[in-house]
Amino acid sequence: MCLGIPGQIVEITDEARQMAMADVSGVRREVNVTCVAGADLSELVGAWVLIHVGFAMAVIDEHEAAETLEALRGLGEAQETLEQMAEGAKALEEQ
Amino acid sequence: MRYVEEFRDPKAARGVLAAIARVTGEIGATAEKPVHIMEICGGHTHAIFRYGLDKLTPEGIEFIHGPGCPVCVLPMARVDECVEIAERPGVIFCTFGDAMRVPGTVKSLMQAKADGADIRMVYSPLDAVELARRNPGREVVFFGLGFETTTPSTALSIQQAAREGLENFSVFCNHITVPPPIKALLDDPHMVLDGFVGPGHVSMVIGVHPYDFIADDYGKPIVVAGFEPLDLLQSVLMVLEQIRDGRAEVENQYARVVPEHGNPASLVAIADVYEPRPSFEWRGLGEIDASGLRIRDAYKAFDAEEKFGIGYAAGPRVVAEPEGCACGAVMTGRLKPTGCPQFGRGCTPDTPLGALMVSSEGACAAYWTYGGARAVEEAV
Ligand code: SF4
Repeated sequence: MCLGIPGQIVEITDEARQMAMADVSGVRREVNVTCVAGADLSELVGAWVLIHVGFAMAVIDEHEAAETLEALRGLGEAQETLEQMAEGAKALEEQ
Repeated sequence: MRYVEEFRDPKAARGVLAAIARVTGEIGATAEKPVHIMEICGGHTHAIFRYGLDKLTPEGIEFIHGPGCPVCVLPMARVDECVEIAERPGVIFCTFGDAMRVPGTVKSLMQAKADGADIRMVYSPLDAVELARRNPGREVVFFGLGFETTTPSTALSIQQAAREGLENFSVFCNHITVPPPIKALLDDPHMVLDGFVGPGHVSMVIGVHPYDFIADDYGKPIVVAGFEPLDLLQSVLMVLEQIRDGRAEVENQYARVVPEHGNPASLVAIADVYEPRPSFEWRGLGEIDASGLRIRDAYKAFDAEEKFGIGYAAGPRVVAEPEGCACGAVMTGRLKPTGCPQFGRGCTPDTPLGALMVSSEGACAAYWTYGGARAVEEAV
């Protein structure tokens, strides 16, 4: 929950709600970009961000993203976060 | 050096370890007279054990594990209240997975789910907002949990729900803040703390200045640190150098992610939605002044405490800790997990008595996973 995970913004999905699609280790997940947004959201496309519970919290460079991901894998946190994302997606579909 | 090869850059790690050994010697710290460095964050505790940093560093350094694991510091009464909300008819209760297995006095959320309550493990509060959109006939409650790192996410989710007029969404707010418990520990005459390693992602949100009091008022060094093992080692070295030089400063080892003044958009959202509670209860630490956040009146409609008349809205509820459990002492760094009479006996990851054994950020789980289980076998 506290460590976050790096992802790359691939497109802006909802300007009004400040939502964007991020690629997180090959998994696509919509994230909120309010905390990293400048005047023009489209400038975020291609940027690497640190994502905490569905919110992009800091823009980082690609090198930092790769190293952080490696550190998270070492701790087992990367896999755990990806599982939580899958759980979250499942929770939306339950009846 | 059994783990150094696992570092991304073993050569750099060896260099920092050698410097740590040297400075520890210059300070004159020994196994009998160690320097006590508290890593505040549970993520750091996890990394210390995963990489065996406590074994790689000299005996003159004693790591004290801090209260920075948000599910670990949750009083059992809060878990009970979660279960009570979740078991109300029509409620969809959403929580981070970390909180599912934390024992309450009667049951955990996991057990409540097995008993039929509609409890969903979500990744983000945004998932809960989406559930509220999709289920207009149901009450969707999100269990807002965590330090400053996750606080902006629930604040922004509440703002979004307010803009959409989602009347069936609310947050059971148990957000807490890092600086007040540190102050409480510093005020505790039984605690010996010579310096701190600060949680990097908390400072990513709040910046480094909320820690000024540690240096200015208490004369102790604190270094805000990243999460890679090398970050941690470098931070420990920076703390030791301050101790050696007789300095007490707030330093930022993680400047590549942590801006001095934090994240402005997050701080605005937090201030808009939340205000400090007069005090908040921490497991093992008791009530601490201004250490928790509650939802402001302007967003009352999204406050599960108000909606369900539960939690602090309903007045204090005191619940005794389970028999023989030393969670409080371990949480505050007064006792090592292996010093708890229940460790590995009554309390294991499969049958946890305390949250410290549940969360990967909990000190007991870290001990267990990375060698503690062996320690018990040897001791038994
Ligand atoms: S071993 Fe279990 S009971 Fe003892 S302090 Fe750790 S979590 Fe609490």
